[in-house]
Amino acid sequence: MTATPEATEATPTIVLVGHGMVGQRFLEALAERGLTATHRVVVLCEEPRPAYDRVALTSYFSGKTPEDLSMTDMAFIETHGIELYVGDPAETVDREARKVTARSGQVFEYDVLVLATGSYPFVPPVPNKDAEGCFVYRTIEDLLAIEAYAKSKATTGAVVGGGLLGLEAAGALKGLGVEAHIVEFAPRLMPVQVDDGGGAALLRTIEEMGLSVHTGVGTQEIVVGSDGAVTGMKLSDGSELATDMVVFSAGVRPRDQLARDCGLTVGERGGISVDEQCRTVSDPHVFAIGECALASDGRVYGLVAPGYEQAETAAATIAADEAEELTFTGADLSTKLKLLGVDVASFGDAHGTAEDCLDVVYSDSRSGLYKKLVIGRDGTLLGGILVGDAEAYGTLKAFTGSVPPVSPESLVLPAGAGESVQLGPTALPDDAIICSCNNVRKGTIRAAVTDHQCTTVPEVKKCTKAGTTCGSCVKVLGQLVTAELEASGVEVDKGLCGCFSQTREELYEIVLALRINSYQDLLDRYGRDGAKGGDGCEICKPAVGSIIASLAPTIGASNYVLDGEQAALQDSNDHFLANLQKNGSYSVVPRIPGGEITPEGLIVIGEIARDFGLYTKITGGQRIDMFGARVEQLPLIWTRLVDAGFESGHAYGKSLRTVKSCVGQTWCRYGVQDSVRMAIDLELRYRGLRSPHKLKSAVSGCARECAEAQSKDFGVIATSGGWNLYVGGNGGATPRHADLLAQDLSDAELIKLIDRFLMFYIRTADRLERTSTWLERIPGGLDHVRDVVVEDSLGICEELESLMTAHVAHYADEWATTINDPEKLARFVSFVNAPDTPDPVVGFVPERDQIKPDLPLLTIGHRPLEGSAQR
Amino acid sequence: MTLAPETTDLKIQLQLEDGWFTVCELDRLLPGRGVAALLPDGRQAALFRDRHGKLYAVDNRDPFGGAAVLSRGLTGTHQGRPFVASPLLKQRFDLETGQCLDEESVRIATYEVRVA
Repeated sequence: MTATPEATEATPTIVLVGHGMVGQRFLEALAERGLTATHRVVVLCEEPRPAYDRVALTSYFSGKTPEDLSMTDMAFIETHGIELYVGDPAETVDREARKVTARSGQVFEYDVLVLATGSYPFVPPVPNKDAEGCFVYRTIEDLLAIEAYAKSKATTGAVVGGGLLGLEAAGALKGLGVEAHIVEFAPRLMPVQVDDGGGAALLRTIEEMGLSVHTGVGTQEIVVGSDGAVTGMKLSDGSELATDMVVFSAGVRPRDQLARDCGLTVGERGGISVDEQCRTVSDPHVFAIGECALASDGRVYGLVAPGYEQAETAAATIAADEAEELTFTGADLSTKLKLLGVDVASFGDAHGTAEDCLDVVYSDSRSGLYKKLVIGRDGTLLGGILVGDAEAYGTLKAFTGSVPPVSPESLVLPAGAGESVQLGPTALPDDAIICSCNNVRKGTIRAAVTDHQCTTVPEVKKCTKAGTTCGSCVKVLGQLVTAELEASGVEVDKGLCGCFSQTREELYEIVLALRINSYQDLLDRYGRDGAKGGDGCEICKPAVGSIIASLAPTIGASNYVLDGEQAALQDSNDHFLANLQKNGSYSVVPRIPGGEITPEGLIVIGEIARDFGLYTKITGGQRIDMFGARVEQLPLIWTRLVDAGFESGHAYGKSLRTVKSCVGQTWCRYGVQDSVRMAIDLELRYRGLRSPHKLKSAVSGCARECAEAQSKDFGVIATSGGWNLYVGGNGGATPRHADLLAQDLSDAELIKLIDRFLMFYIRTADRLERTSTWLERIPGGLDHVRDVVVEDSLGICEELESLMTAHVAHYADEWATTINDPEKLARFVSFVNAPDTPDPVVGFVPERDQIKPDLPLLTIGHRPLEGSAQR
Repeated sequence: MTLAPETTDLKIQLQLEDGWFTVCELDRLLPGRGVAALLPDGRQAALFRDRHGKLYAVDNRDPFGGAAVLSRGLTGTHQGRPFVASPLLKQRFDLETGQCLDEESVRIATYEVRVA
């Protein structure tokens, strides 16, 4: 990009100082109003990277990369001709000449200057606060520095500040294997958001996680050793805490130095004073938005939602759009967070400051639960605090300011405690705000369904922006979408196919509960009226076949998928235990667990491929695929493979495919665990497990992630303390990074968790639904799955484990069984009446020293048909 | 050799231009699955048996993909009509009329079939 420092009269210039979340939203707001077309837009960004999701900063420690956190689509910047200067902060502003000078020396004239400089971490002025080993927690660079120091030099760490960021920082230290302490000056954790009761519930849960909490004490001095590095800290109660590093997280202050230097008015305690349009009170050409601004109500807002609102307000004002007179007069400080796995939420008048208000409190410190509602004299819900279970946050927040239609007690009592009721979001008025990050009202969400034909949550998110920032309202969104679809008379037939009105999950429950091991039995008893007694269809037969196979040992079915009636249910590929190719020939994939294979194994495969004239290719899953086998050749090929110790690779099945691995600590200089051994163990444990869709896995021996575990249905990454388990990843057409399910697991813990996860997926997923789409679809998403498989919230983990144990105990190689069964072998012929005659349609021609299919071109043309429930 | 059960005596026959052509024994056909037969003129037929024992025969070639694989497809009942779904790209064909259920203009040959 070349700078054109002179603005011409024809194109007025907007200079934005600061490219954080609010700055980026401001740019989007400019573009939406067409201002990027009429104005030159210059952005000066101090950090070395463009805007990223600072709210999710801590997720860096659970595996998100800086790229994952980015909020800046470079295509957006380029499309709108925005000049973005990264790593080049504004140094001075000359308001008289309307010029900004950047650190690089570039000078930009402006018509409008927008300051979005954010805030800086407050570090208390204690001795040695800048010593080696002292950090703040604000930028990606801060996190990189903390990570490097924790890994190389620290075994204990202390966080100064027990607020939101402090708890996140402490959790991050613990995740890095550092013994973590939290030092909070106030008498409780999260003093701004929760009251004493909530703080007590929080404290108990945090301490149970192994974090040490010191409340009611201040930091007096950082103690350093002879090398100048941190060795401890002196506290206000006279005690001393030994620690190798200190992270200051004691609040933030507005970054207003640039404004002060150019004479703009700032507040007594900082913040650039602005009016309701976010224009500075001193200069009509200068605006301030986000955490650096002191709003007209005298407050500095440190949350992203008010910042976004200010960005929109400033953009609307600059556009001078009379139809859209936005003002910013203050904002709601409601928050819902998941801190170290604990739900914490506060909304409205959480501390009950209104006159004559009353509290309704439910407290169970044994289970770390605390819920308080603040109720006005007339019954109006004014606010509240939820700790340990913030399920009701979305609904309660939306009801704030009105009298809820049910008694307040029933809203805080736990489920099952008599009077508790679920107050659905359908009871909300249309102007209730559902997504406060993006200021989306219920009416807008309903309109997305009724007027814009959105039928799914992802569509509604795209259409309305609701749920796209912090995600806390997504659950309520889902309920609203379903309710709206039902209300508009869209009959959603959730049945599996034309034969069954039940979903796959319901059929699974029926099969398991009633131990039904016959498809015909299931169809005749539970099929739709018109389908009973019939032959089913190509959708439900394999789906039910898969359910029966997954549960075979438990429901008394054969564990061999070609036995009896089961043979008739299998998809063509499973029926021949090979993958059908376009000319009617098959491909063969032997299992190569973890991708580890001996030279002898390679030679056997090579000899077989050579002897049968097969085309060979290395697969993406670290195996070898042999193509071009005719159906009658399959048993001959497999007899040799089985003799050499190979087993079915189930490349044809909706079942576990491969568990890829990197070479791990045995050979690799960076490896921290034996990833190959773990991959082999996992592959052998789950081989043959029939599931709603194929399952892929990988194990990486260190955080470099060479095995690409985060693109797998379940991926494992070694840590110095054990294994991190990721779930729901996918490659293919809609790639999805896997989510971290649990950290630092032992071998046994890892396997137990995967057992539960897979069985829960098999139980609840739809037909042909990969774990990635399943995680996105099921209510509650990852949090729900974690509750079920880690916390055992449904009390089913024992059952899930025993189902998997039964699978493992009863596994047998399908190909070994088949080649030893003459009756089954008789099926492997091209022609029932001419078993020795090969299918003449299957022909091959040479290509690059191997074969390829030679298909007579007598076809009508390809038109893939996907099975659909509507048929 | 032991005495075979009664079904092994039963043969499946297809009607061709010059009379009934014996394909195989009835018990080679699993309910819900098919087999392929090579006809004297080189054509191929796909034979199926439904759960009630009724037999069907259609041309074995998938007219969309070109491969002779319809005998390896899954069968089912759609609005009371028996069908087979091609294992290639899943188009369904009525087993009695040969009509493709997903593409009106496509129909495959059918054969009379009996047990004798």
